[in-house]
Amino acid sequence: MKPLLVLVVAAAAMPLLLPGEFYLAIATQVLVYGLFAVSVNLIAGYCGMVSLGHAAFLGISGYAFALLSVGAGWPIWAATTAALGLTSLTGAMFGLVALRTSGLSFLMITLALGQIVWGIAFRYVDLTNGENGISLPRPDGVLLHGTGLYYLCLAVTAGCMLFVTVLTRSPLGAAMQGVRDQPRRMSTLGYDVWAIRYVSYVLSALLAAASGILYMLTFRFISPHALSLTVSSEAVLMVIAGGLGTTFGPLLGAALVVLLKNVASAYTDRWPTLLGLIFLFIIVVVPEGLLPGARRLLGALKARVVAPDNIGANLTRASRIEGARQ
Amino acid sequence: MTALQVNNLRKSFGGLDVIQDVSFTVEPGERRLLLGPNGAGKTTLFNLIAGDLRASGGRILLQGRDVSALSTSQRAACGLGRTFQILTLFGRETVLGNVVMALLGSSPKRWKPFGAVVHDTALRRRALSVLARVKLEGLADRPIQETSYGEKRRLEIAMALAQDPQVLLLDEPLAGLSKEERGTVSALLEDLPRSLTIVMIEHDMDVALAFAERIALLNHGRLLVDGTRDEVIADPRTREAYLAQ
Repeated sequence: MKPLLVLVVAAAAMPLLLPGEFYLAIATQVLVYGLFAVSVNLIAGYCGMVSLGHAAFLGISGYAFALLSVGAGWPIWAATTAALGLTSLTGAMFGLVALRTSGLSFLMITLALGQIVWGIAFRYVDLTNGENGISLPRPDGVLLHGTGLYYLCLAVTAGCMLFVTVLTRSPLGAAMQGVRDQPRRMSTLGYDVWAIRYVSYVLSALLAAASGILYMLTFRFISPHALSLTVSSEAVLMVIAGGLGTTFGPLLGAALVVLLKNVASAYTDRWPTLLGLIFLFIIVVVPEGLLPGARRLLGALKARVVAPDNIGANLTRASRIEGARQ
Repeated sequence: MTALQVNNLRKSFGGLDVIQDVSFTVEPGERRLLLGPNGAGKTTLFNLIAGDLRASGGRILLQGRDVSALSTSQRAACGLGRTFQILTLFGRETVLGNVVMALLGSSPKRWKPFGAVVHDTALRRRALSVLARVKLEGLADRPIQETSYGEKRRLEIAMALAQDPQVLLLDEPLAGLSKEERGTVSALLEDLPRSLTIVMIEHDMDVALAFAERIALLNHGRLLVDGTRDEVIADPRTREAYLAQ
């Protein structure tokens, strides 16, 4: 509980801790991509279905929000609701196609679906303005820029993470993890494996949609790049780097990638190489991800520090037993 | 009403007929043994009955209800339980956690998206009483990786029992057990209530023949002999099927 408290306090105090607007903007981006990674983690980490097309949901939500709020002039809350609804509906339809398979085939189908949506964003110029993308006007409202925006993103991301945590500990969440580990046993026990995967997939699309709204509010611009395979695969990498199926792993992974992108790129053009090297390091040293890996290494270290005392205790007990025998 | 009825069941993989025109009935409370040499199609027959495989033809009736078109999970809801020859446990869970998954599977609660499973004391109590039936209640909170093979085998049975099935399919419940553990598990099987109908595949003849009342002998996907224990043992075709190996 204690590290969690520290994290919450640190997150709340972030605007005071960081030296300037630039760093606060990076922290906000971490939250946006963190929420996106959380959505991928829900289906990949807890349900065992790795999707390579999740950027489609972020993108559909972002475009819908932009088109409705700027193009059609809807108020923000209405555009948000509509974008979330539309994206969930898309997820519900994609799920019908993608969940006919699992494993590698699921990966390929979600990739294909993601590329279709990317293609539409790229080619349907009348609607999406093609490569030039769509911009939102300058923000008016305290919650839409700077510190206010940071807290808005913090609230939404933290809320979604809380939702995922409650879900994964519930009977339905246990069923999701059971389906991940032993799908055959699960159906023998009376669980509808397909339906559990479907529910997880649609919920995951909904979370990705929420991250799409935050993406629009943060960057105030969207182009087909936001729906690209790069964005989808980066999210998968974030989750794997941070820790698949953990609460905070995706956020940590997102922090790693966003920091490298923004900070390291100021010093070198070859930051993707650096990112690759870091991933290589993670796969070799902590293949289970940074968070569970750090926990394991800390545990091993603690055991090593504590062990000599134990040996001492055992020795004294042994000699006492020896003594009693004599 | 029969507990389980299999009518003209067929299954072929491509051109290979693995189950050919198999029919038999199991009465409520019966202990039925499925016998046959390796590759006879016994586990395939279980997979067809449980719904893991779709039959190429024929019908399966559970408690008089045609379940041929139902999915595995729907058949489970109709009162069909099953254990696996190859251990199929939730490796990240504790012993109790495995039983909890089984209990939730037969409860409408399984769709509940809130309320931590670990804090459900009523569920825990029920799981403990199921574990007591296989004498594993002392190991409730032990991770699966730290249990012995014999304990895992008993847990397999406990998970099926947790769902309170009417018909139970046991696929080699004694496979790979030591002599002592075989005694424990067979005593456990003897103690199961007569309200439960059991169909078992088992190669340990001492235990299997003591347990079974009726035997169905399968060879090359066909039902060769079907009758009481003594009839099947005395039948020359039984000897032939095993000697031909």
